[in-house]
Order: sequence, then structure tokens, then C-alpha cells
Amino acid sequence: MTAIVVYIDQLDASGKLSVTATQLLTVARGAGEAVAVVAGGVAPELLNELGAYGVSRVLHSEQAELGQFLVAPKADLVAQAAAAVAASAVLVDNSAAGKEIAARVGVALNAGVITDAVSVSYDGEALVAHKSVLAGSYTVEARATSAVAVISVKAHSVEAAPAAAAVIPAVELVDVAFAPSSLAARVVTRTPRAASGRPELEDARIIVAGGRGVDGDFTPVEELADVLGAAVGASRAATDAGWISHASQVGQTGKKVSPQLYISVGISGAIQQKAGMQTSKLIVAVNKDAESPIFEIADFGIVGDLFKVLPQAVEEIKKRRG
Amino acid sequence: MENSALNIVVLVKYVPDAQFDRHLTGDARTLDRSESILSELDEYALEAALALTDARGGAKAGNVVTALTLGPASAAAAVKKSLQIGATQGLHVTDDALAGSDASATSLALAAAIKTLGPVDLVITGMASTDGETSIIPAQLAARLGLAQITFASSLELDGTTVSARRDGDDFSEEIQATLPALVSVTDQANDPRYPNFKGILAAKKKKVTTVSLADLGLAASDVGLAGSLTRVTAAAERPARTAGTIITDSGDAGIQLVDFLAAQKLI
Repeated sequence: MTAIVVYIDQLDASGKLSVTATQLLTVARGAGEAVAVVAGGVAPELLNELGAYGVSRVLHSEQAELGQFLVAPKADLVAQAAAAVAASAVLVDNSAAGKEIAARVGVALNAGVITDAVSVSYDGEALVAHKSVLAGSYTVEARATSAVAVISVKAHSVEAAPAAAAVIPAVELVDVAFAPSSLAARVVTRTPRAASGRPELEDARIIVAGGRGVDGDFTPVEELADVLGAAVGASRAATDAGWISHASQVGQTGKKVSPQLYISVGISGAIQQKAGMQTSKLIVAVNKDAESPIFEIADFGIVGDLFKVLPQAVEEIKKRRG
Repeated sequence: MENSALNIVVLVKYVPDAQFDRHLTGDARTLDRSESILSELDEYALEAALALTDARGGAKAGNVVTALTLGPASAAAAVKKSLQIGATQGLHVTDDALAGSDASATSLALAAAIKTLGPVDLVITGMASTDGETSIIPAQLAARLGLAQITFASSLELDGTTVSARRDGDDFSEEIQATLPALVSVTDQANDPRYPNFKGILAAKKKKVTTVSLADLGLAASDVGLAGSLTRVTAAAERPARTAGTIITDSGDAGIQLVDFLAAQKLI
């Protein structure tokens, strides 16, 4: 059984596994021997969790360079650890950093890189990545033809499941040899962004998104989101206008989401927006312009004034919940 | 040396227009590249390069902005548009053997092409291509060329040989610094790209575009294309187009009908 490396970042983490990490470990265990490569320390609680997910080996480094520079030193760690355990695959999360680590590990190990996998299956010989391409208009399956496969995997690729029997992982400290150019892009300042208290866009089951039609006032969008436990998204027009943070942008140059329900409010639905949300399970649209392209892809559409429709829906949901 | 002339390479990609339907074709399930345009996101990279060189006296002061593309003969249109916008010269890597190249093979050929341009101060790219959308070419190029890698810059400044960038991630805002040479990818927040004007369109006709083949770059056909790629698309299916569902016009109770719909879908 070959080793499958899962990269776990503990530099900015709390000593616990992220939900995505538990999903990646579940995939890895189904296809080989799950090996965790950790940037940062391995706290006792983390070690217990790794054991519960069937991880037999943990390789980690606490070298300061890992946090002082952008992703390159982390990629050096992952590539060198993967080589040390003769891994047949490396799995990373699909964050911007995760994809860049995948990219650099691919160069270091002469390995094929597949990004944005929505799920990963095992055909008995190799991992097969499933992804959605061309703004959701195609689904494809892709494989690496190299000895090692590097795949970045989106959240919710699989239902995370602990191993039948927990193991006690062996922990090894790795001394990473950083390439000189890996220690070149220095992080000078780092400011945490304020948390909204709402779900993250990529994790959310429901998203309520506002566009040009909210005309600067996201209150109705936020109130509907909060009563539904939803994340708040926005079109590029709304973020460009400065009404809401760019981190909320859904679309070609923002987040690509596929929640159970996407409620589009005051968004026309041009290609820039559609590219980020048209793989949602259900789409609801509220827009005062009946000619908006969003109505061509909405499962339920309301031609009306969002400032009347949304508050009425919020009141109705509260009423029904008594 | 403080503010010496810059040698900047900007990657420009000729991509199918995302406004229209796009299709995968053939046994290797590669993208149909007819009806293509300069990738919109590359215009931000070009603008970033031109702003930096303008600040140092532009082409007259010896600054060079090379628009580099890789693709079939038609991809020369991406270079041409870049020259009209203001790039100084073009470099077009084209070879039949390149068709079907994945990120690994593409970054290999691009790295070889950049090496022909002498000591480069900056390689600037967009945040993603609008076709493949993987965003991994910048990182692979930085790794192959041994350059400092700064990705997703929402602002970019150059002071002497120190490049500073701001990155706005989901969890953090960061300020990054590196000493040239570096590779920087810029987001669509970085600037407002300029448009080609009449003067630029005329001037572009006199600018040099060099076309190179794999052999010119010292690469073999087997290094790139489907043969040199390390990934394969083994199945592809077109997703059925979404169709419109129920559309109502508010006559006073649409909010309640919305809740009825959500309840019927068991979403509340």
C-alpha cells in the first residue's frame, strides 16, 4: 500500500483538524496509507485526531521560515516529505495557498497537478479527480500520468469518517532544505480580517447574494441570510461599488460556489456572476427587471422590489417558526 | 542603479470568449479555441507592467515590456492587442506539438521562452486564465525560474529593486516584499486597465514580434503537448443547461410565496 500525503497547515490553526483536512484524510485512507505532513507543531489533541482518522505517520516541521514567507517554503516541506515517504499522491485543500503548494510540488516532483477537484475517487490503481470546468458547463474526470499525483480538493468532496480503529501515529520531525528563491517573498505584515460570524461562502449550504439592485444597502440581504443561517455573497458590481468586502464576491474573479440554495438578489446574472454560481443545486432570483438573464437559470424567480419581497419573507419565516 | 530601466515580461493568453458557449472537443477533450480574445484578466497584468515602466520613463528610457503568449498562430492576436495597449515587443511561442499541453508542460515552455529574454526583473501575470482557471501557472513558473513568488497582488509598488504588494485573502490582509527579480500575479482589483488608443494602434504596427518554435527553445516535441503533459482528462460530459423554472411577478405576496417554495424544498 502506497503512502498518500495530506498537507495540514497548523501555522494559523488552533491545534485541531479543519473539516476539509478530515475529508482529505478520509480520501487518503481509502486509497493507501494516510501520511500527514504538517507545517507547524503537532499538539496532543491534533495527534489524537490524526490517529482517529487512521494516520500512521506524521511528518512535520516547525522551522520559522514556514511562516515568514509566502507559500514556497511550505511547498518545499511537502515535496521533501512526500519524497521521503515515496508517496504516490499528495492531497491539499483548494485554497489559493493550497493550489500554489500543489503547483510547486508538481514542479519539484515532476508530478501532474489537478486543481479544483470536487471529489476524488480511487479506481483500485490511482486517484481520479472529478471537476467542473468552463464555468460549470462541463464535468470532467482527470488523472495524473506521472508516478506521483498532486490534487487540490474543494471542501465537501467526501463525507469525513474516522477509521474503524484508531492508531497511534509515529511523529517525525523534518529538517526542510529551503531553496534560496523560496525565502524571497517575505510577509512584512499580516492583519486578520474581521470575522462576520456568518458561514464561509465555500462552506455554506445556503447563500444570499446581493448585486447592483441593492443600491448600497445590504441590510435586507443580510437579514434574510441570518434568518436562514446563510452566507452573504455579492456580485462584482456590488463589491466594486464598495458596498461590501471583495472577499464576498461570487463569480469568475471571485468565489466559485455550489450551495444547496443560492438566492440571487438584485443581480442581473451576466457571465461574470454565472461563472461562480451556476452549479448551485437550486437558484432563486429576485430582480425588478423581468428581462434579467438570471431568470433564464432560476428555479424560482420573482419579478419585484427586493426591498419589499425580502423583508416580507423574513417576517414570514419568523412567523412560521413561531 | 536605484531606478534603472526594467525588463518586464507579461503573460498574455488567447482564450475562448467566456461570453459565449465553450466546448471540449476531440479524443483528448481539449478546449475548442476558435472565437478567442485576449484574456480579460491579463489586461490587469499588462497595466501593472506599463504603470511601473511609465514611472521610469517608459520605452524611451530603455524599459521593456514583452507580451509573451503561447498558442497557435491565431494567438498572435493576443500579442497584437497587448502591443496596441502599450507593450514594447511581443514573443509568441507556437508549435503544433504544444497542443493539449497541461499546466506542467505549459510552464516548462513558458520558462524556456522567458530565458531567451535575458535577465528579467519581473514576470507579471493575471490572477487566472479565464479558460483553465487553475491559477497554477504563476507558481510553477516562479518555481522553474527560481523567482520570488508573489501571487494575487491587489496592489503593486516598486521602490528601487524592492517590490511590495498587498494581498487580500479571506482570513488575512498581508503586505509582502521581495527583491527583484520576482514573479507577481495581480488581481482584478490591482488597477484599471487602459484601452488601446489610435496612436497606440498605429505604433503597434512598428513593434517587433518574435515567433519561436520548440526547437528554438531547445525543447523536444515529447516535452510538451499531450506527450509531455503529466495529467490526462479521461472523461468529459457537458452539463445539461439550466432551464428557467417558475417566474412570478410580485403582486404583494411574493415574499410569502418565496417562503412556500423554500418550505416545499425543505430548506427552512
